[in-house]
Amino acid sequence: MIIRLKEGGERIPLTISGSDPKKGLITIIFQEIGKTTIELGRMEEGESILNLVGPLGMPAELKNFGTVVCVGGGVGIAPILYRVKALKSVGNRVISIIGARNKDLLILHNEMKELSDELHIATDDGTLGRKGFVTDVLDEVLAENRVDLIIAIGPVVMMRAVTGVGSAHGVRTVVSLNPIMVDGTGMCGSCRVTVGKKVRFACVDGPEFDGEFVDFDELLQRNRRYLKEEAASLMVMRAGRCTCFEETGCE
Amino acid sequence: MKKQDVSRRIKNFEEVALGLDETEAVLEAKRCLECQRPWCVRGCPVGVDIPRFIRAIRDGRFEDGIRIIWEKNSLPAVCGRVCPHEVQCEGVCSLARGCSKFMTAKGRARVEAFLEQFNLTQKRRRPVSIGALERFLADYAAEHGITPYTAGSDMKGKGKVALVGSGPASLAAAGELARRGYHATIFEALHAPGGVLRYGIPNFRLPEEIIDREIRQLKDMGVEFRQDVLIGRTLTIDELLSDFDAVFIGSGAGAPVLMGIEGENLNGVYSANEFLTRVNLMEAYRFPETDTPINIGKRVVTIGGGNVAMDSARVALRLGAEESIILYRRRREEMPARREEIENAEEEGVEFKFLTTPTKYIGDDEGCVRAVECIRMEPGEVDDSGRQRPVPVAGSEFTIEADTVIVAIGQRPNPLIPTTTQGLETGKIRNIIADESGRTSIKGVFAGGDATTGAATVILAMGAGVRAARAIAEYIEGCKD
Repeated sequence: MIIRLKEGGERIPLTISGSDPKKGLITIIFQEIGKTTIELGRMEEGESILNLVGPLGMPAELKNFGTVVCVGGGVGIAPILYRVKALKSVGNRVISIIGARNKDLLILHNEMKELSDELHIATDDGTLGRKGFVTDVLDEVLAENRVDLIIAIGPVVMMRAVTGVGSAHGVRTVVSLNPIMVDGTGMCGSCRVTVGKKVRFACVDGPEFDGEFVDFDELLQRNRRYLKEEAASLMVMRAGRCTCFEETGCE
Repeated sequence: MKKQDVSRRIKNFEEVALGLDETEAVLEAKRCLECQRPWCVRGCPVGVDIPRFIRAIRDGRFEDGIRIIWEKNSLPAVCGRVCPHEVQCEGVCSLARGCSKFMTAKGRARVEAFLEQFNLTQKRRRPVSIGALERFLADYAAEHGITPYTAGSDMKGKGKVALVGSGPASLAAAGELARRGYHATIFEALHAPGGVLRYGIPNFRLPEEIIDREIRQLKDMGVEFRQDVLIGRTLTIDELLSDFDAVFIGSGAGAPVLMGIEGENLNGVYSANEFLTRVNLMEAYRFPETDTPINIGKRVVTIGGGNVAMDSARVALRLGAEESIILYRRRREEMPARREEIENAEEEGVEFKFLTTPTKYIGDDEGCVRAVECIRMEPGEVDDSGRQRPVPVAGSEFTIEADTVIVAIGQRPNPLIPTTTQGLETGKIRNIIADESGRTSIKGVFAGGDATTGAATVILAMGAGVRAARAIAEYIEGCKD
């Protein structure tokens, strides 16, 4: 879905990580990383978001695939949890692998453990689970099990690596892409990604694509489009006013 | 009409054309011949009674004048600014085409007498500035607090209609439905209503306040607006049909067309839709005061020859580009943009390269665009559009440096609604198939504007909206019998 906090705010895409249609509730788990997510984190109970539109994009394919490995990295664990729940509800065997830089950044591991048939944890510094990357674990899991599908949600670099490991074992990997979006309805083309030599809009054709065909390098490059401006935006927010943007462009 | 001074206007987003004052408007109105057979009315896609409102201006009855327009057109302040008058009402004005063979002898005599009286040569037959007069009345009404007729609540029981998209087609349809006593609810996917008027047309051509004002008037007439609802995802057409008596799809042509050439996904290559949305809807020109950024280089190259290309190239200048260049694959006289906007762009310093098309974009190590490789074109055989199809001249490739590129070569209908609505027939470009009155292949579902035709003009979309609204009223009446 796309949210906008306030007048003058930007539209940002976030993934739903849980819902309760009866109560009319949705759960969103996000990481405070840029101006908008930091502001969202500062909101108090009872405050409201100005705009919210969704659900957007194509619904994920859901059926009994057999054995599915779900790989979640960082804040990507939130939507993976939602997916594990759905996959289990239609009878899949789910092996989950989650990872983060350290123990403190690893979210939802108790919930993941409860839902998954098997859970593996990897942290870069070894503070929880094994030391290393999710791909190291994935490699072993794929060697020991007959796996029908891999689903990876997390940083682009992680999804690229997971797809590589999957391909090496002949298993299809579905990834969830997170390019920069504006409207989220297929109107602007900001989120275009190359998949199998064709240009697709992640907001309406995705966000999930077959990892094997995604041009990850292009996606990484396109996601860097506004680094400078994003930094300026944060600086202005922290300083309460712009101190350097006009003169130096915050370089 | 007076315009904002060039040197000033390229530094701001304020309106370029300044409008007429009362004296100027009355003088202009006096030029109307009051033809027996008013061609201008036929030239207007919504059939505004033009001679009658011009007569009202001539007599100083400005409130009557605006009410005459409102009978047929809910958005005169918008139309007075962005309609291509020169090919519609003004294009067929008897003053412009006084020698028409369709004129009666009496009419011709009047024209001749008039031309003689004002000492006009055949070549200087300027049509009445109908667009400027329409704009004058709309602005006069706003200044003097004159608002359209508000339907009584007793009429609201006639039926409920859902309209998809809040652009010109739906706004016009909703206005017509409200006037006829129906309850109209407009669904918009974005956070602000107006569709292309809001995200696509820059403030210097159509100020935001004008859109707000005309939308407020529709609200006063009882039209309801629901933002942040994407029809086809949040709610489907089928779901709308269970709550409403009829549905009108006016979802426009919002999907950008790209050329599919090498380097099009480099950083710095924008679709015109993204570029204009960031600036107009998200107010990126006020960044970092607002949160949505935009990158603008020193040299901006825009591809295309329509109004969207002119708008993009002019916005680029206002954002601080040192050079703004338009590449168009055909000749100057074949550009689909309005003459007035081409002139405005030229005055502001936009440079044009005709018979030129890009073949690929060249980037640097960081993945940012640095140059456009182009090829020269020459006019070939006549195509479906009646124009000579441009063909590339072999070996004429050359490159021009650019750090921002805006691709403004057209828009297509968004395929979301057709793909999520069973039984809705579509054409070649996923446009919804509808007849003259907007009837689609599904009973109770109507469509009009760019969603059915592909990208066209504001007023054509409004015309389609009004026709569909009449058909919807008929349909709902028919259901009751």
